[in-house]
Amino acid sequence: MALIGLSDANNFYVSCERSFNSALDGRPVGVLSNNDGCIIARSNELKPLVDMGAAVHLIPSHIRKKIVLLSSNYPLYGDMSRRVNALYRDNSAGVIEYSIDESFLDFDGFTRIQLEDHVQVLRQLVGRGTGIPISIGVSSSKVLAKVATKIAKKVPGSNGFMYLDPGATSTTRLLEQLAPSDLWGISGRLESRLRDVGISNALSLREACPRRIRKHFSVVLERLVHELRGTSCISVDEMEHPRKNIMTSRTFGRELTCPFAIREALRRHAFRGAEKLRRQGSCACAVVVSLGTNRHKPELPQYHPSLMLQLPEPTNDVRLISETVNRGFKQIFSSNYRYQRAGVMLTDLVASESKQNDLLDTEQDERRRERNDRLMGAVDSINTKFGRGSVLLGGASKQAGWQIRAAHLTPRYTTNWAEIPVAKT
Amino acid sequence: MSLTVIPIGQLQDNDSLDLCIPLALCRVSAGFPSPADDHMEKDLNILRQLVPRPSTTFFVRASGDSMVNTGIYDGDLLIVDRSMEAQFGEVVVVSLNGEMTVKTLGKIKGEPYLIPQNKRYPPLPLRGHECHVWGVVTYNIKAQSSRVWH
Repeated sequence: MALIGLSDANNFYVSCERSFNSALDGRPVGVLSNNDGCIIARSNELKPLVDMGAAVHLIPSHIRKKIVLLSSNYPLYGDMSRRVNALYRDNSAGVIEYSIDESFLDFDGFTRIQLEDHVQVLRQLVGRGTGIPISIGVSSSKVLAKVATKIAKKVPGSNGFMYLDPGATSTTRLLEQLAPSDLWGISGRLESRLRDVGISNALSLREACPRRIRKHFSVVLERLVHELRGTSCISVDEMEHPRKNIMTSRTFGRELTCPFAIREALRRHAFRGAEKLRRQGSCACAVVVSLGTNRHKPELPQYHPSLMLQLPEPTNDVRLISETVNRGFKQIFSSNYRYQRAGVMLTDLVASESKQNDLLDTEQDERRRERNDRLMGAVDSINTKFGRGSVLLGGASKQAGWQIRAAHLTPRYTTNWAEIPVAKT
Repeated sequence: MSLTVIPIGQLQDNDSLDLCIPLALCRVSAGFPSPADDHMEKDLNILRQLVPRPSTTFFVRASGDSMVNTGIYDGDLLIVDRSMEAQFGEVVVVSLNGEMTVKTLGKIKGEPYLIPQNKRYPPLPLRGHECHVWGVVTYNIKAQSSRVWH
């Protein structure tokens, strides 16, 4: 049985900040979106105090006083993610970077005992070498690996590792406790449709007839049923309803050296990504631009840069996204290499209307989403005709003023010479 | 004694991590170049030597003068490798009460201490303080010329 692991950095943005400032350890710390508008990351200590996505100016002052809020330091997070993934690549096979803080790892061939040892070695290496704590869940399918990781993170005493045997009764009992929306790829809307046909937890989804699932829902959901049974059959690209990020990465048909051709590929990725954002009613706060040479030809010079950039505001406007992607591309492109792939990851997704989407979407929300789409379409055409920025997204919960606010920025410890850490001798 | 400067190669201009300069194969000691220099074989990549593990290597600025006896001066650039397990006697960066500090890791009467390299400063006991070793200082870089980047 081929084993797949999902390695997930715990509270990644906060952990990056803590890696360079241990005074933040153990304290309620949150990271803010563009313009310091809302919370996009929380330490465990902050979770009981403030909701994810909470608007900063709505946090009661008695809570605000005892928490630490930091502006998003994307150059730092992007660089730390690159380092963590480089360590994965040095010590593991089949690394697939699913998001800025999660990667799938191939554990094919490991026995159960070797597996646990290896995972702890990996946790040690990453924890010591970068200061980032990681949790690793392992099973025979990606969906189950994701469940395992969630347990590895949350259950005290798991020591950051969890293995799920698809056939074990403990796994059955576990799946019974999980709602369908706890599973990778299932949105609130899909969950309520499942409830309508009597599937109310992950176990009953696993036990459902695959053919009927395909008939009433989709091929991908049918494959999810097989994944729950332990068969790996969904690739990362095929996953629907990504709530956390949208990754578009393609390997070129042939190696490219021309910057215009690569830039064009990135532009297409940005387009596709923006389209997906609009379709699911989300806006992205940041984007990661990446390039890569062919790893399977180690005799050729290797270069795998990536850069994380903040978008000017949470957006699904393809022009803003394209411009930011282009800016990132100019910074990382080097003409000495033959590139094999390019990617655009749109991340830190927030609801388009600055409100959290309801977990159970109703028909009303569907209509609201359609209206949102038409609104964005109108905004797009006005901006095209009268110039970008003629119309901007607004809402009652946004603070007055459109200047970029980042009042609580920490230094770019690893990407800017003027901001490297200072140690007193 | 005069110093003869012999240009021996051109700096590669590229954006990658590699910085390859053909260096003279023997230490230049302001004397005669060695005939063996004619047998240089490949470019020497200084970055690969100084930063063998880029993923876990960080750059830190030294501030202060408590480590001058080991050649670390105020403003020096420190190369710090977080993957190395610190050994007694090594210069380390320690995160002490939320601040980074550079000292030699040592023992006094069996107890772990942070030992300065300047007799004007006292050793600091580690026990009882909230601290952990952040990384091992592998090299420190000091610019000799005020005209170059430092």
